[in-house]
Amino acid sequence: MMQTLQGLGASVLGAAERLGRGHLFLIHVLRGFPALLPRFGLVIQQLFSVGVLSLLIIAVAGLFVGMVLALQGYNTLVDFGATESLGVMVALSLVRELGPVVAGLLFAGRAGSALTAEIGLMKATEQLSAMEMMAVDPLHRVVAPRFLAGILAMPLLAAIFSALGVLGGYFVAVGLLGVDDGAFWSQMQAKVGLYDDVLNGVIKSIVFGFVVSWIAVFEGYDAVPTSEGVSRATTNTVVHGSLAVLGLDFVLTALMFGG
Amino acid sequence: MTKNTDEPLVRIRDLVYARGERPIFNGMDIDIQRGKLTAIMGPSGTGKTTLLRLIGGQLRPDAGSVLVDGQSVPELGLRDLYRLRRRMGMLFQNGALLTDINVFDNVAFPLREHTKLPESMIRNLVLMKLHAVGLRGARDLMPNELSGGMARRVAMARAIALDPMMIMYDEPFTGQDPISMGVLVSLLRTLTDTLGLTSVMVSHDVNESLSIADYVYVISEGKVVEHGSPDDLKNSNSPWVQQFLQGLRDGPVPFHFPAPDYGEDLLGKAVQGAVQ
Repeated sequence: MMQTLQGLGASVLGAAERLGRGHLFLIHVLRGFPALLPRFGLVIQQLFSVGVLSLLIIAVAGLFVGMVLALQGYNTLVDFGATESLGVMVALSLVRELGPVVAGLLFAGRAGSALTAEIGLMKATEQLSAMEMMAVDPLHRVVAPRFLAGILAMPLLAAIFSALGVLGGYFVAVGLLGVDDGAFWSQMQAKVGLYDDVLNGVIKSIVFGFVVSWIAVFEGYDAVPTSEGVSRATTNTVVHGSLAVLGLDFVLTALMFGG
Repeated sequence: MTKNTDEPLVRIRDLVYARGERPIFNGMDIDIQRGKLTAIMGPSGTGKTTLLRLIGGQLRPDAGSVLVDGQSVPELGLRDLYRLRRRMGMLFQNGALLTDINVFDNVAFPLREHTKLPESMIRNLVLMKLHAVGLRGARDLMPNELSGGMARRVAMARAIALDPMMIMYDEPFTGQDPISMGVLVSLLRTLTDTLGLTSVMVSHDVNESLSIADYVYVISEGKVVEHGSPDDLKNSNSPWVQQFLQGLRDGPVPFHFPAPDYGEDLLGKAVQGAVQ
């Protein structure tokens, strides 16, 4: 009994300590952001590997999610004779929810895991230590550009996901199911608000990008410098990143659309 | 600039450091003289690498002082510590080259980070440093295309890129074939002499270390066991030092890990955990 309690206490303390370390790490990294401005090339390089290389999976996933939404929505709406609202349904689902959330999950799996593995391996091969000894702060030189690139890339990826999803929905709705072309677009135009829907979706994706990138770079930097430690950190990034996206999505949705 | 005095460049006094519950150093004193090649030797796991990290300020001692060029390393703030580190080079066991950029860019890395020199001058400096280690022709190779010895030589070129006052070498000869070992041994000596560097080398390669070092410290179990010139060491009376230098399998460091009596153990009569 005592041992169980002791173990529980130790793991809670450990988690709290790690959380504190994560925040100190974040502050240190954020302090490095101003120095990135004159050397924005470093961020562009990372934008390529975090953003551009994630494009394919995001685009394909977006297209299919939009197509499925249109198929499923049509089956429900057709009973009420409201199939011309299919465009609104697809667009709102994507812009408010599925765009940021699914893109966030894919981002954690594709870009987050890569960031963690890269930084973790740099630590394991003493590259970060070598930089410290060359008087170069690895948090500013290695972590900050990757973190900023993650924050910048995520909203763009979510936007591409939503846009291609709408296009996929259009192909299925208009091309396959025979929904009226004009009604599909005009209803969407009338009912999807720039501030209420699009902007809230963008805010969500920025938050997800921030949190997933933070988790990814911290897990990599804090990894035990062995192959097992790096593999565990990579898994942690995907698991914690995905859960954080889903949990935060509930909180943000409640704040934005709850009342 | 390095102060031009006779006082040692690195002065360590009463150093105490423990990793968790395990003590690593227990009241150690070491002086590293300017312009000399000092070897720190000892068996694996005695904390030789830890010592370099304490000198470089990557770890902080639990007690005692570490002075480098008159500055107390554990008390320096991050900014001053980084300023001091620009004057120190360190060579890690595997070279620790940045794997996503080529040899040239690796050597240019500290120059680009810390100076605003024009690219043409950086090119000349990098080629000069690479020439010094014999790898001017390998400038376009990526780190994964280099052998272990070549990677260490590139790391040496990178370590001398900012013309430091001191270089620390962490196990520079481990795992090298005889040719590349010979190259590294002579490079270490040449760089020390021609650049007027202070070199600190931790190693357990006895013959190579004794052949080039000016002064040697032998450490074990957290303390300095013996120190002196290589000749002093060879004539040491300490049985421990003799066992270490000659690589004898039995002596003060026993061949057998503590275990119960052999006969009883084979007959299954030994009590688990009982040690003879």
